[in-house]
Amino acid sequence: MSRELLNLIVQATGESLFMVSIAALIATAFGLPIGVFLATSRKGELFAAPAVNSVLGIIVNATRSTPFIILVVAIIPFTRLIAGTSIGSGAAIVPLTIAAMPFIARLVEAAIREVDAGLIETASSFGASPLQIVLKVLIPEALPGLVLALTLAVVSLLGYSAMVGAVGGGGLGDLGIRYGYQRFMPEMMLAVVVVLIALVQTVQTAGDYLARRVNRRLRHR
Amino acid sequence: MNVHQSLTAAEPVETLSPLAHPPITADAMVRFERVAKAYPGYRDKPSVQALKDIDFAIPRGSITGVIGRSGAGKSSLVRLINGLEKPSSGRVVVDGRDISGLSGRDLRLAQRSIGMIFQHFNLLSSRTAADNIALPLEIAGWSRRDIAVRVAELLELVGIADKYDRYPSELSGGQKQRIGIARALATRPNVLLSDEATSALDPQTTRSILDLLANINRELGVTIVLITHEMSVVRQLAKEVAVIDGGHIVERGHVADIFTHPAHPVTQAFLSEVIGDSVPVSLASRLQPRPVAGGRAVIRVQVRGAAAGDTIVARLARELSIDVALLSARIDEIGGQHVGSLSLGIPGGEAAADKAALYLSQNNFPAERLGYVA
Repeated sequence: MSRELLNLIVQATGESLFMVSIAALIATAFGLPIGVFLATSRKGELFAAPAVNSVLGIIVNATRSTPFIILVVAIIPFTRLIAGTSIGSGAAIVPLTIAAMPFIARLVEAAIREVDAGLIETASSFGASPLQIVLKVLIPEALPGLVLALTLAVVSLLGYSAMVGAVGGGGLGDLGIRYGYQRFMPEMMLAVVVVLIALVQTVQTAGDYLARRVNRRLRHR
Repeated sequence: MNVHQSLTAAEPVETLSPLAHPPITADAMVRFERVAKAYPGYRDKPSVQALKDIDFAIPRGSITGVIGRSGAGKSSLVRLINGLEKPSSGRVVVDGRDISGLSGRDLRLAQRSIGMIFQHFNLLSSRTAADNIALPLEIAGWSRRDIAVRVAELLELVGIADKYDRYPSELSGGQKQRIGIARALATRPNVLLSDEATSALDPQTTRSILDLLANINRELGVTIVLITHEMSVVRQLAKEVAVIDGGHIVERGHVADIFTHPAHPVTQAFLSEVIGDSVPVSLASRLQPRPVAGGRAVIRVQVRGAAAGDTIVARLARELSIDVALLSARIDEIGGQHVGSLSLGIPGGEAAADKAALYLSQNNFPAERLGYVA
């Protein structure tokens, strides 16, 4: 493989990582509080607001059930509004973030619901406010689950980021489509796939390791 | 003749009425005033009345047991004290303040002077022993330095200073409950609520935890409310007891009075847990309904509140000139009073047995004839 093509792969990998990390950061910033709220706002819960919970749940489900490629196209006006353009890696961050946010929210909800309800009662018994319960009990206790949830979200985002290549989003998917498929360069296609596999493996391994590190339910000594 | 015919019906034992308990005074740490608690039903199911007409006081500085079967309403009762639950009607007054009328920030401030420990410890798995104890102090907004000093004191108090940096997963049940106790005491509460705190522990560990609670009550003057279904816990630790059944307090008073003269069937059932009221199998299998030639009548004698060193068996033998055989005995001490039962073998047929039973009953030892053995 020529130096030129190698450079293309390195550049595309950089673009993919850029899209995924920015999208993951923003989606987490919104998805984490939404997920915590979903997990604590049913009837009788910490921030009980059953109506808001239902509406939010419906929105989350609707976003999650829209196929990603359709979502990308459907929100092009919005993407233009935010990014000024609908083409390239920067613009691709918008649909990636929108797709990942409800996904992360549901994963966070599941992780938070795993925390023993007895701990909430305990914290309430010594006068903790609902916000203190979230920050000092729910999130620290759910941390191993949250780390795994975010790992899963990043892995999914890597897959999505390859898909935005199909609509001019740049990155590894774009490279695979234009060179591997349209110019019929199977070695390029293979290289793209190998890089993606390596990225997913790395992210998953790192996530698993981190989740184990923060899990104090296991014995360490 | 019926094997279990009672010979004592005409001779009621002198009982202390539950009303003999001191009346509600201003110096109650916790006072329930006509409290009822109902939970709304699910869908078409009716609502559940968990507590009805609860009206009693827990004296300041006491160790008070609340004993009942599961579902009797114990958990609801204890959660009313620290405001985790609100009464449907009535008031709960803790340390002179109506906690059932507080909400939001006022309630949270009041909750800092009421500690609670739990059956399953409820420690945060993500925090070390020291950091678990620090949690209520962080919530109360203490400074880092004050927290460090206080946590060190508490670790010392509950005797696990060397485990400060261990996570709950690395500790035994007893050690975890010690952390739970330290955490509950962190903000220097006046009341410590114990919700089945020893039910998940083995008997030996239970004893050491109960000893620790007794020390805390003695040295810090903390009022302790023990919720339990285990008679042994009340017996070892409590001075006052309330027996709860079906959402009502059916009996209450000093532990010694209540358990030497139990009036309610539930109290009697709890008592028999400790002292046992059945006859040993080896004896029961030999029992016959009719007198056996040359055999003995079997009389079971209830021992309720007798002083240690009572000479009843010797007096019976001497004054009626009978050769009393001791067939089985089980006597325990509750609140300094002896409680239990004896099975005696009386020779000489029905007449002698009747005479012996009458003599025992007249001396405040209720007796019943179980049958005859060869």
